[in-house]
Order: sequence, then structure tokens, then C-alpha cells
Amino acid sequence: MNCIIIDDEAAARAIISQLCSQVSSLTVLEEFPNAIKAIKYLNQNTVDLIFLDIHMPDFTGFDFIETIKNPPKIILTTSDTNFAIQAFEYDCIVDYLVKPITPERFQKAIQKAESTSVMTTQDTSSGESVETTSGNDLYVNIDRRLIKIDIPSIYLVEAKGDYILIKTEAKNYTVHSTLKKIEEKLPTSLFLKVHRSYIINVQKIVDIEDNSVLIKRDVIPVSRSNRPELMKRLNLL
Amino acid sequence: MEQPNLSYIHSMSGGDTAFEQKLIAIIKEEFPQEKEIYVQNINAHNFKAAAGNVHKLKHKISILGLVNSYETAAQFENNLTEGHKQGQQEFEAVLQLITDFLETL
Repeated sequence: MNCIIIDDEAAARAIISQLCSQVSSLTVLEEFPNAIKAIKYLNQNTVDLIFLDIHMPDFTGFDFIETIKNPPKIILTTSDTNFAIQAFEYDCIVDYLVKPITPERFQKAIQKAESTSVMTTQDTSSGESVETTSGNDLYVNIDRRLIKIDIPSIYLVEAKGDYILIKTEAKNYTVHSTLKKIEEKLPTSLFLKVHRSYIINVQKIVDIEDNSVLIKRDVIPVSRSNRPELMKRLNLL
Repeated sequence: MEQPNLSYIHSMSGGDTAFEQKLIAIIKEEFPQEKEIYVQNINAHNFKAAAGNVHKLKHKISILGLVNSYETAAQFENNLTEGHKQGQQEFEAVLQLITDFLETL
């Protein structure tokens, strides 16, 4: 099986790579310190198995899984046992390894991966750009499909390098686009750019504290220059 | 108090001493950086970010065979997530223990 390793910690990548080298059926094609780089790689390459860390800054392992269209088999690697239940909601996840990973447990995970039916190709998201709006809907291009998103359900848009992460009540979408592009598509009556990396749905604000705003469970920074406009939008008592 | 050791590294290296040296070098490089970021965040009372730093440091703690210290770190991470820093002193004692150990390698 061809595999890749995604982990922001170099020591973790080295350990997994070493454990892989002890299994003749495994070939490590690449290692990535973050999920975004891996997504770019998967746009042009096919792998059988991914060792994926959950707890990474900016873009978690679960964000990654939700981003790729047909994920290959995935073995989660984490120091945290709290995500086990959430992990098995995904069909692609074949096992869940808690760090530090022992050779015995690693072997067992590989056996599980090998005995699971083979899935191939994982075109990734990152299609091209935010497309168009129609009434309350926004269409985004993901894997050459136009996916409809209900605009009022969007509560946060976050810039992530060459991508934007669109968070809605039901699901998150990672799209190859810019904050500027999506800002033009969203109604100004609902949305406000509060920071160079964030656009929020002002109706979803939970509370505001000094220079940050709580949207759902995300604490979002508010730039000093954007704060007056945000305050203007509020129905202050 | 338990002491850091290389038992885990020896157990998973498959006898590959070159790999063992490589991993130790990575830890010696990564650990001080992760510790420094943690210190910055805890000093700035950025508990959420500090919890993330502790989370990452937990792996190094476990690689170095510190079973009880791992639990100390896990509890401290939970505390930080809940917005308080109870357990800071104990956790930072573990960091110092590892710092001292890495200097001997």
C-alpha cells in the first residue's frame, strides 16, 4: 500500500515513517506537516492509505477528511482518546492509534487496513473558486461539482492560504478561493469582514468581548479598524 | 519522581540505531521550540493556545517514557481548556525534567 503521513510534529512523522519501514507492504510516498499541503498533493496523486493526525493547528484531521471527496483508507494518529466516537462516524477511518504508537498496535492497524476493501482515487476539493449566488444560495466548485450552500446557514468564512473554509450549521467546506471573492457574493446585510482572515454572519454572534467575537463556538479576532462597523451593526441597548 | 528514558524509542526502532539518533535529534530540536511557544502563550494568558501546546508536548512526554507525567500534562491541558491553569507548576517541572534529560543526550 502506498501511504502518506500528515502530522504537524516532526517526531511523530519520523516514528510513523520508521514503523512503516518495518512493514514490507507499505511504502511511504510523502510526509506533510499540515493538511493543506497534503490536499495539494492529493490533487495530483493517488494513495491507498493516510496516517492522519487529528490535532493540527488551523486545519484539523477532521477538516481534512471533510474536504476530500473520496478519501482513501485513513488511520488516525492522536494523543487524544476523546475523538474515538467521532472518528468512527467516517467510513474511511479504519483505525485509531493513540500516541505513542507501539509496533504491535501499529501492525494490527495495518492488518485492519489491508483487510478493508480497497478504495481508490481521492480527488480533492479545492476546485476553483466560489461561483455564483442565486437568491439565498451560494454555489461553490468542489471537485468539479457545484455544491449549493444555503447562505443564511453560513456563520463563518475563514481564509486559509489559497483556500477559504466556509462553516455552516451542517457542514464545513474548503474551497480554493479568496476571502475577497466570497465577500462579494455574500449579502452585506448579513455578513461583515471583521478581520483580514474572517467574515462572520452577524446574526450568529453569541457575544462580543473587547477585540474578539464569539460565533457558535469559534472565537474570532476583530481588527481595530473593523470594530466600529461591527458595533454599528448591533442593536445596542 | 519518574525519570525520562529511551525505552520506547528502543522498542519501536527495530534496532535501527541510526533512526534512534535521528529521532533524538528531532526531539532535541522540536522540544525547546514547543516549550518556548507554550511559555509565551501561558504568560500571555492565552489558555486555549497553551492547551494546544501542552497537547503537542504530551507526545514528547510519552515518547520519553514518562507515564505519570503524561497524566499530569493531560489534566493540565484539560484545565487550560476550561480556562484555568491549575497544575502549571507540576507541568513545568516535567518540562524542566525533560530539558535536563535532553542535555545529557
